[in-house]
Amino acid sequence: MSNINLKARMERRAKDSSTRIPDWARRPTFIVASVIVVVFFLISLFPGLFAHGDPLEVNVAQALQGPSRAHFFGTDDYGRDIYTRVIYGARIDLEMGLLGVIVPFAIGTTLGLLAGYYGGLLDNVVMRIIDVLMAFPFTILVIVIMAILGPGIQNVFIALWLVGWMSYTRLVRGEVLRLKDVEFIQAARVEGFTDRRILLRHMLPNVISSSIVYGASDIVMTMLTGASMSFLGLGVQIPSPEWGAILNEGRAFISYAWWITFFPGLFLAVCGVGFSLLGDCLTDILRRKGR
Amino acid sequence: MERLNYCVRRVLQIIPVLFIISVVIFFLMRFIGGDPAVMVLGDKATSEAIAAFHQRAGLDDPLPIQYVRYMRDILHGNLGTSLSVRRPVAELIAIRFPVTVKLTILSAILSILISLPLGYLAGKYKDRPADQGIRALALVFIAMPSFWVGLLLMMLFGVKLGWLPAGGWDSTNFWTQCRSLLLPALTHSLSLIALLMRDLRNSVVDISRMDYVDFARSKGIPEGEVKSRHIFRNALISYVTLLSIRIAYMLGGSVITESVFALPGIGKLMIDSIFGRDYAVVQSLVLIFAAMVMVINLLTDILYSFLDPRVSYHE
Repeated sequence: MSNINLKARMERRAKDSSTRIPDWARRPTFIVASVIVVVFFLISLFPGLFAHGDPLEVNVAQALQGPSRAHFFGTDDYGRDIYTRVIYGARIDLEMGLLGVIVPFAIGTTLGLLAGYYGGLLDNVVMRIIDVLMAFPFTILVIVIMAILGPGIQNVFIALWLVGWMSYTRLVRGEVLRLKDVEFIQAARVEGFTDRRILLRHMLPNVISSSIVYGASDIVMTMLTGASMSFLGLGVQIPSPEWGAILNEGRAFISYAWWITFFPGLFLAVCGVGFSLLGDCLTDILRRKGR
Repeated sequence: MERLNYCVRRVLQIIPVLFIISVVIFFLMRFIGGDPAVMVLGDKATSEAIAAFHQRAGLDDPLPIQYVRYMRDILHGNLGTSLSVRRPVAELIAIRFPVTVKLTILSAILSILISLPLGYLAGKYKDRPADQGIRALALVFIAMPSFWVGLLLMMLFGVKLGWLPAGGWDSTNFWTQCRSLLLPALTHSLSLIALLMRDLRNSVVDISRMDYVDFARSKGIPEGEVKSRHIFRNALISYVTLLSIRIAYMLGGSVITESVFALPGIGKLMIDSIFGRDYAVVQSLVLIFAAMVMVINLLTDILYSFLDPRVSYHE
């Protein structure tokens, strides 16, 4: 009798969990994080829905006005509307965060897989390059590359790509080296599976989660690095509406026009909190799945 | 003895990497620097004058010979002459270097003072309101751009309240220096505070669950001693490692903090030299940054071997 009971209960539970929203999706942090991230995505995809003006429109008669009904976030020294500029800036900053991570993620993970699996010359060359690059503080490396390439958004991407892949490679390579000795990989080898199949079907699914976890936190760091390059005057150039660049412009007026600096930084911070929270949730989910 | 051997070996390992780094920097700077003759003599210099300059400065020699000369100069402490201010680079850097070192030290002290108690508290009261509050704080600290925080602090304490200088460097005495550095150091340490708090919290939580902690308690060791000797001391291992790794990282961040607060350190010098196309200075600074990172990493490894006796010397 108890057997039947148990079976019924298990069936009910299976049905429940398939229709119910999973636990992690109901946590307040996840909800807050996804709302922030979705809003920022909407802003960057359809800035025209959120602001009606032109982010580059100059109106000297309206210069350096504080926040008001007409200008929510005030205006800068050329009379450009800060609110409009901040809204249009979302696309550039989000792009820096996402594209600045996706490319190094792909390159770094692939290199880590290959270097760890095949070892030998490839592994040696890759690891020595990393040794040398790791000797520089991250920011210094990006700054030097930007100084060599010159300002501009494309060069910000190139600098972020050139520097970003290392962490993924080190992470994935370490995991691959560990996995190589595990039974199921050795079994796959004994079965005579091709390297390609072992790498893609057996290794990759097992090592990718640590890369994803790192990548999620890397988005915020990369976005901040990109913005700080513009802030230093090395990255995106004025008058492009980029948060770091607007902040840099506001520095000269800091004692009497706080709004130029305050709002773009606030957007950067809130966007960063959203992505960090989402990253933490993702880490939690992957860790639980791995258990 | 074994430890001494290990230290010597680690020091020797630095040399090849520093060598490769110097080669990389040397060639990079040759490619981006443009023609130094044009920079010194100006755009209107005749081609004879430029050729003469090349001859004198040895710029016509093969690159390997130029590299050897460059390395010989560096080893003699001669880092070249700044093209924009016409002073020896070594002198420029020597004046600015102490400011960055002081900024880094004060930032590290602030980070430890704030993160140590908060991180431990969060770990001890896991999932209670204190822990949740501290974790939220860490999250916000990490996401905030440091240059923005710096400007806000400057606006509030420097401009509005007038409690601290709104930037610049007053080298009169120890106290004026501390006053000039307080806001920059706070800005500089924000993300480090967050990372250290998180790390210490997680270590304390993990270690409290360990069997040897239960065992220590069951042996009847007083709770205070279990906390200090078994939990806290072990949690410090990863804390110290993270701290030293991030101090190396902080050196890079000094570029941003110093330019926000107009502090005359080597970070500010780097940015000014990039904009002034003063590549002799940039080149030397990059080498110095790399050397500092390697020294810090070396010290970390050695410190680590003292903190964690399990570390192996045979690698």
